[in-house]
Amino acid sequence: MNDGFKAFWAVLTVLAVIVVFWYAACIPMNIKGVLTEQERAGAEVQPPSAKDRRDMSEFGLVLNNSFAIPATWEQDRPRLPAPHQVAVEMWETTVQKKITSKRSLIYHGWVTLSATMLGFVIGTGLGILLAVGIVHSRVMDLSVMPWAIVSQTIPIIALAPMIIVVLYSVGIQGIIPKAVISAYLSFFPVVVGMVKGLRSPDAMQLDLLRTYSASRSQGFWKLRLPASMPYLFTSLKIGIAASLVGAIVGELPTGAVAGLGARLLAGSYYGQTVQIWSALFAAAILAACLVGLLGLVERKVLKRMGMAQ
Amino acid sequence: MNTESTTQPVIEARQLDLTFQTNDGPIHALKDVNLTVDKGDFVSFIGPSGCGKTTFLRCIAALETPTGGTLTVNGMTPDEARRNRAYGYVFQAAGLYPWRTIAKNIKLPLEIMGYSATEQDERVRNVLELVDLEGFGGKFPWQLSGGMQQRASIARALAFDADILLMDEPFGALDEIVRDHLNEQLLALWARTEKTIGFVTHSIPEAVYLSTKIVVMSPRPGRITDVIDSPLPKERPLDIRDTPEFIEVAHRVREGLRAGHADDE
Repeated sequence: MNDGFKAFWAVLTVLAVIVVFWYAACIPMNIKGVLTEQERAGAEVQPPSAKDRRDMSEFGLVLNNSFAIPATWEQDRPRLPAPHQVAVEMWETTVQKKITSKRSLIYHGWVTLSATMLGFVIGTGLGILLAVGIVHSRVMDLSVMPWAIVSQTIPIIALAPMIIVVLYSVGIQGIIPKAVISAYLSFFPVVVGMVKGLRSPDAMQLDLLRTYSASRSQGFWKLRLPASMPYLFTSLKIGIAASLVGAIVGELPTGAVAGLGARLLAGSYYGQTVQIWSALFAAAILAACLVGLLGLVERKVLKRMGMAQ
Repeated sequence: MNTESTTQPVIEARQLDLTFQTNDGPIHALKDVNLTVDKGDFVSFIGPSGCGKTTFLRCIAALETPTGGTLTVNGMTPDEARRNRAYGYVFQAAGLYPWRTIAKNIKLPLEIMGYSATEQDERVRNVLELVDLEGFGGKFPWQLSGGMQQRASIARALAFDADILLMDEPFGALDEIVRDHLNEQLLALWARTEKTIGFVTHSIPEAVYLSTKIVVMSPRPGRITDVIDSPLPKERPLDIRDTPEFIEVAHRVREGLRAGHADDE
């Protein structure tokens, strides 16, 4: 109980430090824009010349114009929006908007989530199949594994437009190209984790099965597969986060129609930093929820299997 | 079964040789090993590490293949014997599957060998009783002590009722008190089931206390230096270890071990 209490305060302290740091960072980041606005509104600004201000450091400007500090947290289009501005924007675009609205973050989040889930399922399935092949066949181990590793060294941002263009040219568009990019990112951690997991039984465990003259498939179903479960869940948690990144990246080159990636892109087109940040937070929250959900499933499954106490 | 099979040795090794090819050159793990084990024997293999006692047990189990000589188990090659479910093997670690309950762990070989569900339940009940673990079938391995886990692994080896029980330092990782208790239980189990037991150990008292036949081995190359037929009675309370007969056998084992070491230094 006492430990839980301590942990709670530790989490709260870290959060408070981040928020304080964020507010503090807003001041120098936004001061120039604020001073320009204040000058237009007729306020006395030091130095009065816009040219002088441009050459001055942000910190100097803050010291000279401390009266303008509160305004750095209230700009319409700040360079760095303050936490409460992002929070308000998120509140307005989730709770106060109809889900069907094109400005609803829930709508965009759902578009991204559906592509993420489809890609995750494809990537996980592919990853497990490849891992099974790699563990059981030396030829596959030698031929597939290097390509799987090479595939992850190519920046996805460079590859995503190609995938979309190639698939579009054969008439595939919509959710599938995004899911393909998602799957491309998420299969890898599953392959690596499952190969390790399927190989985790030690020599003694394998010898024991040999003394029963067990077949390879019996060894797989009764020993290798259950032994790999903890590894699988660890990989799935990494994989689903990668899936989400893949889906968002997949939304960028399509011309930004819908999805969290589209919100990011539209926000940067129109200088709507608050919108960008709220889309970023939506993506982060979504990822946290997905990983958390998998963690819950992991605990339930491992407990049921008797592998967690 | 004809009358011949009752007199046929359970395990017979003639001029058995095994050389491992390693990066540091060949290692002579077993050299010219001759041994006959009869039905119902309790045979201990004792010697320092590297003497080939475990390797010999693994040869019997067809986990290693000898490079020379002959080895028969129940009159068959070790491979055939394994396919005929001739032996149960107990490793140094219990090696229970953490995701299976004790009962399900014992069912593992039965599932693989295709026993019916009712027969599986029946056998699990019997062997749990044999190793004194009634009522623990529904527990997971982590809920049991090390000694209990090792008993469960013995139950698993007994489940399909092989004639031979091969044990590779099964109590090596346990403390002395638990070990004494398990040794006592093992003797009781051996008396009840009349199995032939091959038992690897590096403890002299354990070997002398348990065995009807003690095989003393020495390393480089792994070979048998002495085979002692124990004069101790079959009925053995723990305090038999203080009798002159026991001490005499232990002394002979120690001498054998020393002799094996002498030509090494």
